[in-house]
Amino acid sequence: MTIRATGARSRVPVTAFLPIGLAALALAVLASLLFGARVISVGEVLGALGGDKSVAATVIWELRVPRTLLGLLVGACLGAAGVLAQSATRNPLADPGLLGISSGAAVAIVVGSAFFGIAAGPARVGLALVGAALATIAVYAFAARSPEGITPVNMTLAGMALTALLGAVVSGVVLFDAATMDQYRFWVVGALSVPTPAILIPATVCAAGGAVLAVAMSGSLNTLALGDDTAAGLGVKVMRTRVLAGAAVVLLSGTAVALAGPIAFVGLIIPHMARAIVGQDVRRVLVTATVLGPVLLLAADVLGRVVARPAEVQAGVVTALVGTPFFIWLTRRPRRRERLS
Amino acid sequence: MTGLLTPRWRPRRRVVGAISVTSVVLLVVVGAALSVGDRWTPPMQLFSALLGHGAENTVYAVVDVRLPRVVIALAVGAAFGIAGGLSQSVLRNPLASPDVLGIGAGASCAVVAVIAIGSLGGPIGAVPVPFAALAGGLAAAASIAALARDGALRGQRILLVGIALTAALTGLTQYLLTLVDIYDAQRAAVWITGSLNARTWTDVVPVMIGLAVLAPAALVLAHTNRALLFDDDVASGWGVRTARSRVLLVVIAVCLAALATSAAGPVAFVALVSGQLARRMAAVPDIPPVLAGLTGALLVLVADTLARTLFPFQLPVGVLTALVGAPYLLYLLQRSKPRKSVV
Repeated sequence: MTIRATGARSRVPVTAFLPIGLAALALAVLASLLFGARVISVGEVLGALGGDKSVAATVIWELRVPRTLLGLLVGACLGAAGVLAQSATRNPLADPGLLGISSGAAVAIVVGSAFFGIAAGPARVGLALVGAALATIAVYAFAARSPEGITPVNMTLAGMALTALLGAVVSGVVLFDAATMDQYRFWVVGALSVPTPAILIPATVCAAGGAVLAVAMSGSLNTLALGDDTAAGLGVKVMRTRVLAGAAVVLLSGTAVALAGPIAFVGLIIPHMARAIVGQDVRRVLVTATVLGPVLLLAADVLGRVVARPAEVQAGVVTALVGTPFFIWLTRRPRRRERLS
Repeated sequence: MTGLLTPRWRPRRRVVGAISVTSVVLLVVVGAALSVGDRWTPPMQLFSALLGHGAENTVYAVVDVRLPRVVIALAVGAAFGIAGGLSQSVLRNPLASPDVLGIGAGASCAVVAVIAIGSLGGPIGAVPVPFAALAGGLAAAASIAALARDGALRGQRILLVGIALTAALTGLTQYLLTLVDIYDAQRAAVWITGSLNARTWTDVVPVMIGLAVLAPAALVLAHTNRALLFDDDVASGWGVRTARSRVLLVVIAVCLAALATSAAGPVAFVALVSGQLARRMAAVPDIPPVLAGLTGALLVLVADTLARTLFPFQLPVGVLTALVGAPYLLYLLQRSKPRKSVV
């Protein structure tokens, strides 16, 4: 059974938020099409989308449209994954990047490409999912086995240890292989770049699977917010909910890593923004985060393209620099309802 | 620093025993580390080579190649070990060691920035790498202390702040690595993994000076350090100025860690592991600095000797210590007693 979270906490109805959120998303998409090494005017963009043949049209169709679509998909995946991770563990500091889940996916891809040469196309998505799944299980198991259970501090520390361990494995692999290192260093920062078309179909299928699972779990996650015992008393199968939510996190964040490399902090920031806007109901938060995630990621990407023109700062670097102050602020915020440990 | 009522210092049997055992093991490992390499040097030849006699290439291999590397491993390990032991006992947190808190990440970021700016033809490319590492490590420590805004520096929040700062600095480091050409990137990547490859006597000097100055200071303050294990009320009842002593000890720990990082790069988790191992070996509530230093030296020397002899190529020592240290951190996480809330 599920419980609908109501009352003073739901601040803006989703129906009121959606038009504004979608407008912001449209703005972000437009900015992503306009700005780059060269600014293309709105008129040229519209002309290109309408079918003109010009240099600007080539740039837009070949580079900026694929990149923007990638940003939409990855941002939505990261936002939704963050909501699920935070709700399933009742951990306001959870984020696929900080918990080492993205590292797991990244290491699987690096190892796959260095030793087996199989990190292109659909295999890349498969590797990322396997790596993310193993990392998720490891972090949860280690944090859950500690005496005080899955507290935010324990999960963050377990994620940090796992990231360090996997980082050592990656160093051991790439330091002796200049070619892998050369690819790796551009990929590990987390960047939106033009994807190979072959990867898009399996990635989209996985993301869709994750989204379906997320929606299916959101009611039970609402009840889980009341505490494990209460939720169990209300008929929610606690472990099953966590496992399925974890599977959705794996599908969503693994897809994001396969497409754009490990991008941290989007999954941390977006759920908090969403909760601040629409309240605590997981279903509403999920919808809101799916809209806001791409807005943040595209904004970070556009910012990175503008500040270092004609070169660019990768979106993952921008989100890390924006996300850290936010994370520190979260650890200092006085808590009303949820406690950090 | 210590008042009249502080318990009189006397050697504790368990600590002395642990120190003796560790020293003996360390001596054996030093001998082994000097003997192994591309060619094995038997003990008799090793001894005469150290005195400058024997075949020229044996003397070269032992005195000019292996000896500096062994000495720098010992110095770096000792500095990391003392730093880890001090910060863990002063902050009363088994996980609060310089490597978990992001001192190494700060140093790495500064070093990669210097390499990147130098590689792009900028003006501060001439800053020596050790100096940049020291500055970066100290800056990271200062930011963590400021951001944690935790006067007693005892909450779990300092760990979270350290991890967050590490994430940001790592992002920045990775970005800088994309700017330079592949050879500089690889050089920088080896450095930030923590490596003792191709170190000479000139690399040993700063960390030796640092140890010579800071280690005695740590020893003198170690007694105060033991008082800090208790409640602040108890410690100040003994005449210890808790706030001042704590800050002083943490500053010593950070300086030692930053100096060690400047010589060898951030050799992951040595500080964390040696502090905890020292405490467990001696089975005392505090972490004796001498024992922590010896443990750190032993760890780095063993790891580096394995890293350079185990494989046909030279693995950076940091890879090996991370492979051992990260599981140990996970293990500590399962063992640690319930802690107070973060907020």
